[in-house]
Amino acid sequence: MTTKDVPTLTPEQLESFGEEMDAIRRRILDDLGEKDAEYIRNVVKAQRGFETVGRALFYLPPAWPLAVASLSISKILDNMEIGHNVMHGQYDWMGDPGLNSRMYEWDNVCPSEQWKNSHNYIHHTFTNILGKDRDIGYGVLRMDEDQKWHPYYLGNPVYALLLMIFFEWGVALHDLEVENIVAGKRKIEENKALHAGIMRKVKRQALKDYVLFPALTGPLFVPTLAGNAVANLVRNVWAFNIIFCGHFPTGVATFSQEECENETRGHWYYRQLLGSANITGGSLFHVMTGNLSHQIEHHLFPDLPARRYPEIAVEVREICERYGLPYNTGGLTKQLFSVASKICRMALPDRKKKTEAPADDVRADAPVRETVAA
Amino acid sequence: MSLATTVLRSKALAALTSPHGVDRYLELVNPMWAAHEVRARIVEKTVEVDVEGHPRVATLTLQPTSTWRGHRAGQHVQVGVAIPGEGGGRRTTRVFTISSLDSRPGDRFTLTMRANPDAPEGRGVSRYLVDEAPVGTIVHLSQAEGDFVLPDSVPEHIVLISGGSGITPVMSMLRSLQNRTHRGRITFIHYAQSPEHQIYADELREVARTGYGVDLHLLHPELGDPNLSPAWLERLVPGYSDVPTWVCGPAPLVEGVKDAYGDSENLHVEYFKPPRTTAGEAGGEVTFTRSGKTAPNTGESLLEQAEALGLSPEYGCRMGICFSCVSRKTDGVTRDVVSGETSTLPDEEIRICVSAPEGDCAVDL
Repeated sequence: MTTKDVPTLTPEQLESFGEEMDAIRRRILDDLGEKDAEYIRNVVKAQRGFETVGRALFYLPPAWPLAVASLSISKILDNMEIGHNVMHGQYDWMGDPGLNSRMYEWDNVCPSEQWKNSHNYIHHTFTNILGKDRDIGYGVLRMDEDQKWHPYYLGNPVYALLLMIFFEWGVALHDLEVENIVAGKRKIEENKALHAGIMRKVKRQALKDYVLFPALTGPLFVPTLAGNAVANLVRNVWAFNIIFCGHFPTGVATFSQEECENETRGHWYYRQLLGSANITGGSLFHVMTGNLSHQIEHHLFPDLPARRYPEIAVEVREICERYGLPYNTGGLTKQLFSVASKICRMALPDRKKKTEAPADDVRADAPVRETVAA
Repeated sequence: MSLATTVLRSKALAALTSPHGVDRYLELVNPMWAAHEVRARIVEKTVEVDVEGHPRVATLTLQPTSTWRGHRAGQHVQVGVAIPGEGGGRRTTRVFTISSLDSRPGDRFTLTMRANPDAPEGRGVSRYLVDEAPVGTIVHLSQAEGDFVLPDSVPEHIVLISGGSGITPVMSMLRSLQNRTHRGRITFIHYAQSPEHQIYADELREVARTGYGVDLHLLHPELGDPNLSPAWLERLVPGYSDVPTWVCGPAPLVEGVKDAYGDSENLHVEYFKPPRTTAGEAGGEVTFTRSGKTAPNTGESLLEQAEALGLSPEYGCRMGICFSCVSRKTDGVTRDVVSGETSTLPDEEIRICVSAPEGDCAVDL
């Protein structure tokens, strides 16, 4: 394992870098209008369509795979291109209560209120700051060598597999900060209010997918129930993989809390850029990822409508080239492989012990480290 | 409640359509189908006033969805519409007073409005509705709101005073009273710029001719008619401050009437709230309406100013990203310190961590 420096920018460069990013944001904000509104309405229409068709096809036993596929697409669209993005406030400017970040609730067991705190606030503000961003390993996995190794992490690949299968549940329980309760940093009583919110949402989701819709298909109760479960599973696996490709491929930087104290806006943009990675693909693929395939642009501009990320990406890449900053992108297979190998690598203790003093010196100077496989 | 409504509002359907709700599916089939939300189709449009060089006034007849619960004369309703064109796609909501007589659930009603010439491009609801919106346009509504209404048992003598388009709520009252053959006395005083600017001119002429017990005064101070004063009111309605009175109109008129009535409990007031225009940066006063706290505007972000007053609004990133702090600005102009955008209209959602007030400002906190 080696620690390699990523190009650092002078305070002046950081400032002008931040100004260029702000300029992009302002320009897109000024340009928002009917096209964006029409786009998201069409995605909503498509999602409701897939949902209705999926639910209906369960009445036709031979069409079971189609029903599952249709419902899976509906859940993926609902959670990613609609839910995730609407809850970021990307469409609040439309003034439509049905597409407002404060009102929107998604087809997922995690209550939106909680998600907005753990994701929009904690993860998007403290992106990739060790000890602050709880999305690094979700309190379960070891995803960075600066997380101290422990024999528990030998199970890293197994935990990752389980987290993938039960992703929506993992996301819902994420806020309970179980790892902090185990570590004695959080009291179990602090979770009381959260418990109630999660239980309410879980009941509603389970009632719909595992009782009512199966019951409506009468004798086909079991196949419908199984189909709904598979659709939820497909969504879990897909969302997990896309999200892990956004922050954990090799080359994505993490930051220490000291580096980010009194952070400037320029450095915040810089950290978002270096802490995220993109996935290349066609336009349909981008829609199905909720445009999180443009994780870099999403982290730079979380409140701009996601359909704008592809056009923004062209400019961001050009700016990165000028400042000599890396722009982490690659095909789905490449990024997935990179994430999977990191999960496995982190299961084991670091092979080379860090030499005490010099390593610390490097760390103190370098605002960013990139981790590279030895 | 019809069977369809009972089914649409049932717990079972709510559970099946969770988490989005029945309306999110119905609206995609037919915008006039709703279980909870209220929408309406514009079914008729009549121009009331069209004076060269002045904004037009029109009356819109709305057919609401069956979810409309009706209204009492004098109440208003929020109307939301996405104005097409430049900077369009966003729904802008304005409050308009209902001008037709009391309505029952699902009944048609009318709104009368003047096209506001000062509204910014793409956000002028009244301008769009009066000048552009074709018959058939769907608008989003709230239920009827407001307590500027007549009591169930109407007093023997009432005074209705209005100015300009402030005539709408009192007109609704007058029409409702006539419809229920009110036999008491109504003193109706209205101020307009000129006879050409008179809204409902024909109907009022008819009322003046045949209206039973209606004492009608249409005044045009710019053409020499007397301005409102306590002496003039006293001559017209001796002991006026003991007579239940409803007044609606622009601020100077309402203020004048309030002064004339002192602290009389018989006066009922409704203002028309116009959008503000940009003034300066710091200066003015910041009011947090829910907590009732007010302080001079320091020019800092609203979040900081609220905290300085001991309030603890919800917040997250404090840099305009996470939307945890979104609050409703009820009045005044604020500037987004990051994008430089200003929010000038009342009742807009703003991120208080990056919004600084320019002059007077009120936030629902």
